[in-house]
Amino acid sequence: MASPSDLLQYVISGATLGSTYGLAGLGFTVIFNTTEIINFAQGEFVMLGGMLAVFAVRWGGLPLAVAVLLAIGLTTLVGVAVDRLTIRPVRGQSVIVLIIITIGVSIVLRGAAMLLFGKDTYPLPGFSGGAPIALLGASLLPQNLWVGGITLCTLVAMKLYFDRTISGKAMLACACDRKAASLMGINVDTMVTLSFALSALVGALGGAILAPITLTSYDVGILLGLKGFAACILGGLGNPFGAVAGGVILGVLESLSAGLISSGYKDAVAFVILLTLLFVRPSGLFGRRAAERV
Amino acid sequence: MGGWPVGGRHLGVAAFAAGLALLPLALPNEYYLTVLIVAGFQAILTLGLNLLMGYAGQVSLGHAAFYGISAYTTGILTARFHWPVPAGIAAGIALVLLVAAGIAVPTLRLKGHYLAMGTLGFGIIVYIILNEATDLTGGPSGLTGIPKLKLAGIAISSDRDFYYVVWGVVLLLFLLAQNLVRSRLGRALRAIHTSETAAAVLGVDTQRYKIGVFILSALYAAVAGALYAHYVTFVSPGSFGFHASVQFVTMVVLGGMGSLWGAVAGAVFLTALPEVLRAIEDYDILLYGGLLILCMMFLPGGLAEGAERLVRAVRLLAAGRPPAASERTR
Repeated sequence: MASPSDLLQYVISGATLGSTYGLAGLGFTVIFNTTEIINFAQGEFVMLGGMLAVFAVRWGGLPLAVAVLLAIGLTTLVGVAVDRLTIRPVRGQSVIVLIIITIGVSIVLRGAAMLLFGKDTYPLPGFSGGAPIALLGASLLPQNLWVGGITLCTLVAMKLYFDRTISGKAMLACACDRKAASLMGINVDTMVTLSFALSALVGALGGAILAPITLTSYDVGILLGLKGFAACILGGLGNPFGAVAGGVILGVLESLSAGLISSGYKDAVAFVILLTLLFVRPSGLFGRRAAERV
Repeated sequence: MGGWPVGGRHLGVAAFAAGLALLPLALPNEYYLTVLIVAGFQAILTLGLNLLMGYAGQVSLGHAAFYGISAYTTGILTARFHWPVPAGIAAGIALVLLVAAGIAVPTLRLKGHYLAMGTLGFGIIVYIILNEATDLTGGPSGLTGIPKLKLAGIAISSDRDFYYVVWGVVLLLFLLAQNLVRSRLGRALRAIHTSETAAAVLGVDTQRYKIGVFILSALYAAVAGALYAHYVTFVSPGSFGFHASVQFVTMVVLGGMGSLWGAVAGAVFLTALPEVLRAIEDYDILLYGGLLILCMMFLPGGLAEGAERLVRAVRLLAAGRPPAASERTR
């Protein structure tokens, strides 16, 4: 039987991991809300955030903070490029076309990362030292606090963006009704590009803050993307706060099952939850049943 | 499609069958036969996946898992528990049908993206199980000692015999798919692809058809997997992961969604290509990604559409008219 301090440890590491799933889920939500596309390349944005930061430090010798910002900036540009080069030219095509294109994009990004950085696994130094802090018998890394703090700040910033700024509201308007938004003088194309940029930014941020804890490699994107999607479904697709909450719940469940049952199957937990949820409650824990638009 | 004279459909299949029968005689050595046998497994799976993607408009990123479940089930039963081969194959196929039904019912109740994500997750679960359940599957190093295919007491040992068996199955399943597509079911599926709402309004039970075609496509994968296991006599998880699922989707897209000939062509083409381009070995995944994007952007009908356009252009040229650049097929 696990002791209470073990359990606390599992919850801490699970919530940290889960924050990243939540940020990936947030990225899915932003793009889904403006375009109704599920972006299968979302996980690759997370991967790029971590890998680019690692290599900005290794190759460029940049200070960590600059490297992380650079990685996030570059990934955001990749997000814009993905929209401009592959999504915009096929706008208005059927869902299957868009799904296949984003799958293609994810494979190309992953392959490019493999070519560029190789197949090894890399560490990124913690943002403020590696000395653990003892907490009720469990140990807490400073990086855990960074992840939690940055995830919360991101959520608040998103909330403010969507509530208080014109472009945030314009993006929400596109989500409600594209045609009406465009009739109101909102440039829908720009909003879609912006949503890709924002989603890449959030994903890369998640990747960069997680890398010091879990290490990173060119192929972490598939699992992170999938878990991000599971987080979205758990929280109700389209609801940003649900996505983050779903991510944290998922991370904690995953870490508990790894600690208490078997670590080999820990990655399966997220998907078993995903499939079960799709079966019993497709609208998510916090979602209302969505009405179908014809 | 269309444009075939009456009976042309059967003529096409007959020519295809004759070509298949004669092909081994024209091959310079056994190596090409091996490539063609592997292409046959892929063609079977791709035919099924094409029914799902091309006719029901759904993407599965977990078909390699069905391929794997079937291969492993018959492999384990025949190698470890000494079941006869046909019984092993039957058990593999039955298990896949059960699992496919279990996935289809929850994910297909929802639209569009959910099946793709659900099957992607499912594929990863299966991959993890194949790696972790070491006692049963042999874990990452694989399962050895699977017996060669034996049908009605006759062992299929030579590559040439196996070639005829595999491509015979391809032909059979091709005909099945062709009849299906031209049946009431096929029309219903195409209606769902065009507009699910409209199809439902016209009285098509969209749920049931989508679930049905998903299970059917899993069945194709199961048949391919069972043949694979008893040809290679060794299975390891690496053949059934995400990479493989993507490869199958690429075959369907490249060949042309909604074209059965395209499915076979895509499978053969993409199986043969890495053999020709040895240098790309590690980077073939980049090639798949690039093909997926480019096909969708510039040739959504894949090779099938490309061939059709070519034929049309040649006909127009022969008739003395320049082909209209803006002309769209179908």
